[in-house]
Amino acid sequence: MPIIQAQGTEEVHPDILLVNRAREGDVQAFEQLVKQYDRQVFRIAQHITQNREDAEDVVQDAFLKAYEKLEQFQGNSKFYTWLVRIAVNESLMRLRKRRTGRMVSIDEDVETEEGSMPRDLAEWRPDPEMMYGQSELAEILRKTIQGLPPGFRVVFVLRDVEGLSTEETAETLGLSVPAVKSRLLRARLQLRERLSRYFRKNEDGTK
Amino acid sequence: MNCSEFLAQLGDFLDNQVPTGLVADLQAHLEGCEHCVITMRTTQKTIQIYRNHEIYELPQGLRERLQAAILAKCKKGC
Repeated sequence: MPIIQAQGTEEVHPDILLVNRAREGDVQAFEQLVKQYDRQVFRIAQHITQNREDAEDVVQDAFLKAYEKLEQFQGNSKFYTWLVRIAVNESLMRLRKRRTGRMVSIDEDVETEEGSMPRDLAEWRPDPEMMYGQSELAEILRKTIQGLPPGFRVVFVLRDVEGLSTEETAETLGLSVPAVKSRLLRARLQLRERLSRYFRKNEDGTK
Repeated sequence: MNCSEFLAQLGDFLDNQVPTGLVADLQAHLEGCEHCVITMRTTQKTIQIYRNHEIYELPQGLRERLQAAILAKCKKGC
Protein backbone atom coordinates (compact mmCIF):
# COMPACT_ATOMS: atom_id res chain seq x y z
CA MET A 1 0.00 0.00 0.00
CA PRO A 2 1.44 3.43 -0.88
CA ILE A 3 2.84 5.45 1.98
CA ILE A 4 2.05 9.15 2.13
CA GLN A 5 5.24 11.15 2.08
CA ALA A 6 5.93 14.80 2.65
CA GLN A 7 6.74 16.85 -0.40
CA GLY A 8 10.09 18.61 -0.29
CA THR A 9 11.23 19.76 3.10
CA GLU A 10 7.70 20.07 4.52
CA GLU A 11 7.29 18.34 7.86
CA VAL A 12 4.96 15.35 8.01
CA HIS A 13 1.90 15.90 10.21
CA PRO A 14 1.87 13.39 13.10
CA ASP A 15 -1.56 12.15 11.93
CA ILE A 16 -0.03 11.11 8.60
CA LEU A 17 2.51 8.96 10.44
CA LEU A 18 -0.35 7.29 12.33
CA VAL A 19 -2.33 6.82 9.11
CA ASN A 20 0.67 5.19 7.46
CA ARG A 21 1.13 2.81 10.39
CA ALA A 22 -2.59 1.99 10.46
CA ARG A 23 -2.49 1.23 6.74
CA GLU A 24 0.19 -1.32 7.43
CA GLY A 25 -2.15 -3.02 9.87
CA ASP A 26 -1.14 -1.33 13.14
CA VAL A 27 -4.52 -1.06 14.88
CA GLN A 28 -2.96 0.77 17.84
CA ALA A 29 -2.00 3.62 15.54
CA PHE A 30 -5.61 3.87 14.47
CA GLU A 31 -6.66 3.73 18.12
CA GLN A 32 -4.64 6.89 18.72
CA LEU A 33 -6.51 8.65 15.93
CA VAL A 34 -9.84 7.52 17.43
CA LYS A 35 -8.85 8.83 20.87
CA GLN A 36 -7.71 12.08 19.36
CA TYR A 37 -10.86 12.86 17.43
CA ASP A 38 -13.81 10.95 18.92
CA ARG A 39 -15.05 13.92 20.98
CA GLN A 40 -15.04 16.23 17.97
CA VAL A 41 -16.83 13.67 15.77
CA PHE A 42 -19.44 13.16 18.49
CA ARG A 43 -20.01 16.92 18.83
CA ILE A 44 -20.42 17.42 15.10
CA ALA A 45 -22.79 14.43 14.84
CA GLN A 46 -24.85 15.63 17.78
CA HIS A 47 -25.12 19.13 16.31
CA ILE A 48 -26.34 17.77 12.97
CA THR A 49 -28.58 14.91 14.07
CA GLN A 50 -29.83 16.50 17.30
CA ASN A 51 -30.14 12.96 18.59
CA ARG A 52 -27.91 11.27 21.13
CA GLU A 53 -28.30 7.70 19.85
CA ASP A 54 -27.66 8.75 16.27
CA ALA A 55 -24.58 10.69 17.33
CA GLU A 56 -23.18 7.60 19.07
CA ASP A 57 -23.81 5.51 15.95
CA VAL A 58 -22.15 8.16 13.79
CA VAL A 59 -18.99 8.02 15.92
CA GLN A 60 -18.75 4.26 15.34
CA ASP A 61 -19.70 4.31 11.68
CA ALA A 62 -17.50 7.27 10.77
CA PHE A 63 -14.37 5.73 12.29
CA LEU A 64 -15.09 2.31 10.80
CA LYS A 65 -15.66 3.84 7.39
CA ALA A 66 -12.45 5.85 7.74
CA TYR A 67 -10.56 2.66 8.64
CA GLU A 68 -11.99 0.81 5.64
CA LYS A 69 -11.18 3.67 3.32
CA LEU A 70 -7.75 4.58 4.71
CA GLU A 71 -6.08 3.63 1.43
CA GLN A 72 -8.25 6.19 -0.38
CA PHE A 73 -6.96 8.98 1.86
CA GLN A 74 -4.59 10.91 -0.37
CA GLY A 75 -2.88 13.07 2.18
CA ASN A 76 -3.54 16.29 0.28
CA SER A 77 -6.01 17.36 2.97
CA LYS A 78 -5.63 16.90 6.72
CA PHE A 79 -6.74 13.54 8.12
CA TYR A 80 -9.05 15.42 10.48
CA THR A 81 -10.86 17.28 7.66
CA TRP A 82 -11.20 14.02 5.73
CA LEU A 83 -12.68 12.35 8.82
CA VAL A 84 -15.05 15.27 9.43
CA ARG A 85 -16.33 14.94 5.86
CA ILE A 86 -17.17 11.28 6.51
CA ALA A 87 -18.83 12.19 9.84
CA VAL A 88 -20.94 14.96 8.24
CA ASN A 89 -22.17 12.58 5.52
CA GLU A 90 -22.97 9.86 8.05
CA SER A 91 -24.83 12.39 10.21
CA LEU A 92 -26.92 13.67 7.31
CA MET A 93 -27.76 10.07 6.38
CA ARG A 94 -28.97 9.38 9.94
CA LEU A 95 -31.03 12.55 9.91
CA ARG A 96 -32.68 11.47 6.64
CA LYS A 97 -33.54 8.09 8.12
CA ARG A 98 -35.28 9.75 11.06
CA ARG A 99 -37.23 12.09 8.87
CA THR A 100 -38.38 9.37 6.51
CA GLY A 101 -39.55 10.55 3.14
CA ARG A 102 -38.22 14.02 3.69
CA MET A 103 -35.09 15.18 1.98
CA VAL A 104 -32.53 16.61 4.32
CA SER A 105 -29.69 18.61 2.95
CA ILE A 106 -27.40 21.32 4.11
CA ASP A 107 -29.19 23.63 1.68
CA GLU A 108 -32.42 23.43 3.64
CA ASP A 109 -33.94 26.72 4.80
CA VAL A 110 -30.92 28.79 3.92
CA GLU A 111 -32.87 31.17 1.70
CA THR A 112 -34.44 32.89 4.67
CA GLU A 113 -33.39 36.48 5.24
CA GLU A 114 -34.15 36.22 8.95
CA GLY A 115 -31.46 37.56 11.17
CA SER A 116 -29.55 39.40 8.47
CA MET A 117 -30.08 42.75 10.18
CA PRO A 118 -29.35 43.11 13.91
CA ARG A 119 -32.45 44.15 15.84
CA ASP A 120 -31.38 43.83 19.46
CA LEU A 121 -28.76 46.51 19.89
CA ALA A 122 -28.37 46.41 23.65
CA GLU A 123 -24.92 46.03 25.21
CA TRP A 124 -24.20 42.73 26.94
CA ARG A 125 -22.93 42.37 30.46
CA PRO A 126 -19.12 42.22 30.67
CA ASP A 127 -19.01 38.47 31.44
CA PRO A 128 -22.48 37.36 30.38
CA GLU A 129 -21.79 33.63 30.77
CA MET A 130 -21.06 34.16 34.47
CA MET A 131 -24.72 35.02 35.04
CA TYR A 132 -25.67 31.35 34.67
CA GLY A 133 -24.58 28.05 36.15
CA GLN A 134 -22.70 25.61 33.90
CA SER A 135 -25.66 23.40 33.07
CA GLU A 136 -28.08 26.31 32.68
CA LEU A 137 -25.65 27.98 30.28
CA ALA A 138 -25.17 24.76 28.30
CA GLU A 139 -28.95 24.47 27.99
CA ILE A 140 -29.22 28.06 26.72
CA LEU A 141 -26.47 27.48 24.17
CA ARG A 142 -28.02 24.18 23.00
CA LYS A 143 -31.50 25.63 22.68
CA THR A 144 -30.19 28.64 20.81
CA ILE A 145 -28.09 26.77 18.26
CA GLN A 146 -30.81 24.15 17.70
CA GLY A 147 -33.03 26.93 16.36
CA LEU A 148 -30.72 27.60 13.41
CA PRO A 149 -31.47 26.02 10.01
CA PRO A 150 -29.20 22.91 9.61
CA GLY A 151 -27.28 24.55 6.74
CA PHE A 152 -26.26 27.45 8.95
CA ARG A 153 -25.68 25.33 12.03
CA VAL A 154 -23.23 22.96 10.38
CA VAL A 155 -21.18 25.82 8.91
CA PHE A 156 -20.98 27.59 12.29
CA VAL A 157 -20.00 24.37 14.09
CA LEU A 158 -17.25 23.40 11.64
CA ARG A 159 -15.83 26.89 11.27
CA ASP A 160 -16.26 28.51 14.69
CA VAL A 161 -16.55 25.61 17.14
CA GLU A 162 -14.25 23.02 15.54
CA GLY A 163 -11.87 25.55 14.05
CA LEU A 164 -11.76 24.41 10.41
CA SER A 165 -10.67 27.12 7.98
CA THR A 166 -13.19 28.65 5.57
CA GLU A 167 -11.64 26.66 2.73
CA GLU A 168 -11.71 23.39 4.68
CA THR A 169 -15.36 23.99 5.64
CA ALA A 170 -16.22 24.67 2.00
CA GLU A 171 -14.43 21.53 0.85
CA THR A 172 -16.00 19.39 3.58
CA LEU A 173 -19.55 20.51 2.77
CA GLY A 174 -19.16 20.81 -0.99
CA LEU A 175 -19.96 24.52 -0.86
CA SER A 176 -18.21 27.50 -2.41
CA VAL A 177 -16.09 29.78 -0.19
CA PRO A 178 -18.53 32.73 -0.65
CA ALA A 179 -21.45 30.45 0.32
CA VAL A 180 -19.62 29.39 3.51
CA LYS A 181 -18.85 33.02 4.37
CA SER A 182 -22.42 34.14 3.81
CA ARG A 183 -23.91 31.30 5.86
CA LEU A 184 -21.36 31.78 8.61
CA LEU A 185 -22.13 35.47 8.97
CA ARG A 186 -25.87 34.85 9.08
CA ALA A 187 -25.42 32.03 11.59
CA ARG A 188 -23.28 34.24 13.82
CA LEU A 189 -25.76 37.13 13.62
CA GLN A 190 -28.77 34.93 14.32
CA LEU A 191 -27.07 33.34 17.33
CA ARG A 192 -26.05 36.77 18.59
CA GLU A 193 -29.60 38.04 18.26
CA ARG A 194 -31.04 35.06 20.14
CA LEU A 195 -28.40 35.08 22.88
CA SER A 196 -28.94 38.77 23.43
CA ARG A 197 -32.15 38.15 25.35
CA TYR A 198 -30.15 36.18 27.95
CA PHE A 199 -27.01 38.28 28.06
CA ARG A 200 -28.14 41.87 27.56
CA LYS A 201 -27.58 44.50 30.18
CA ASN A 202 -30.89 45.55 31.64
CA GLU A 203 -31.66 49.21 32.11
CA ASP A 204 -32.14 48.71 35.84
CA GLY A 205 -29.04 46.54 36.14
CA THR A 206 -30.89 43.36 37.16
CA LYS A 207 -30.32 39.89 35.63
CA MET B 1 -19.74 53.50 4.59
CA ASN B 2 -23.21 52.75 5.99
CA CYS B 3 -24.27 50.03 8.46
CA SER B 4 -25.32 47.53 5.74
CA GLU B 5 -21.97 47.86 4.03
CA PHE B 6 -20.20 47.41 7.36
CA LEU B 7 -22.31 44.36 8.15
CA ALA B 8 -21.50 42.78 4.79
CA GLN B 9 -17.82 42.84 5.78
CA LEU B 10 -18.30 41.89 9.42
CA GLY B 11 -17.53 38.18 8.96
CA ASP B 12 -14.23 38.83 7.21
CA PHE B 13 -13.44 41.61 9.68
CA LEU B 14 -13.86 39.26 12.65
CA ASP B 15 -11.67 36.68 10.90
CA ASN B 16 -9.00 39.24 9.99
CA GLN B 17 -9.57 38.56 6.32
CA VAL B 18 -10.53 42.03 5.15
CA PRO B 19 -8.27 43.46 2.41
CA THR B 20 -5.88 45.99 3.94
CA GLY B 21 -7.36 48.87 1.95
CA LEU B 22 -10.77 48.37 3.54
CA VAL B 23 -9.72 48.13 7.20
CA ALA B 24 -9.45 51.91 7.66
CA ASP B 25 -12.96 52.42 6.22
CA LEU B 26 -14.41 49.83 8.61
CA GLN B 27 -12.64 51.37 11.58
CA ALA B 28 -13.82 54.85 10.58
CA HIS B 29 -17.41 53.57 10.47
CA LEU B 30 -17.02 52.00 13.92
CA GLU B 31 -15.83 55.29 15.37
CA GLY B 32 -19.11 56.95 14.50
CA CYS B 33 -21.57 54.08 14.95
CA GLU B 34 -22.31 52.73 18.38
CA HIS B 35 -24.78 50.16 17.02
CA CYS B 36 -22.18 48.52 14.83
CA VAL B 37 -19.67 48.52 17.71
CA ILE B 38 -22.22 46.63 19.83
CA THR B 39 -23.10 44.24 17.00
CA MET B 40 -19.44 43.50 16.40
CA ARG B 41 -18.55 43.07 20.06
CA THR B 42 -21.52 40.82 20.87
CA THR B 43 -20.98 38.73 17.73
CA GLN B 44 -17.37 38.22 18.76
CA LYS B 45 -18.55 37.21 22.23
CA THR B 46 -21.08 34.78 20.72
CA ILE B 47 -18.31 32.95 18.87
CA GLN B 48 -16.09 32.95 21.96
CA ILE B 49 -18.83 31.53 24.20
CA TYR B 50 -19.61 28.69 21.80
CA ARG B 51 -15.92 27.93 21.38
CA ASN B 52 -15.23 27.85 25.12
CA HIS B 53 -18.21 25.88 26.38
CA GLU B 54 -18.66 22.21 25.72
CA ILE B 55 -22.37 21.67 25.12
CA TYR B 56 -22.30 18.08 23.92
CA GLU B 57 -19.93 16.21 26.12
CA LEU B 58 -19.06 12.59 25.45
CA PRO B 59 -19.01 10.94 28.90
CA GLN B 60 -15.85 8.95 29.65
CA GLY B 61 -17.68 5.63 30.13
CA LEU B 62 -19.49 5.89 26.83
CA ARG B 63 -16.31 7.06 25.16
CA GLU B 64 -14.46 3.95 26.28
CA ARG B 65 -17.32 1.71 25.13
CA LEU B 66 -17.38 3.32 21.70
CA GLN B 67 -13.60 3.10 21.36
CA ALA B 68 -13.64 -0.57 22.33
CA ALA B 69 -16.42 -1.33 19.83
CA ILE B 70 -14.63 0.47 17.00
CA LEU B 71 -11.30 -1.22 17.65
CA ALA B 72 -12.83 -4.69 18.03
CA LYS B 73 -14.34 -4.32 14.56
CA CYS B 74 -11.09 -2.94 13.11
CA LYS B 75 -9.18 -5.93 14.45
CA LYS B 76 -11.67 -8.24 12.76
CA GLY B 77 -11.04 -6.35 9.55
CA CYS B 78 -14.28 -4.28 9.90
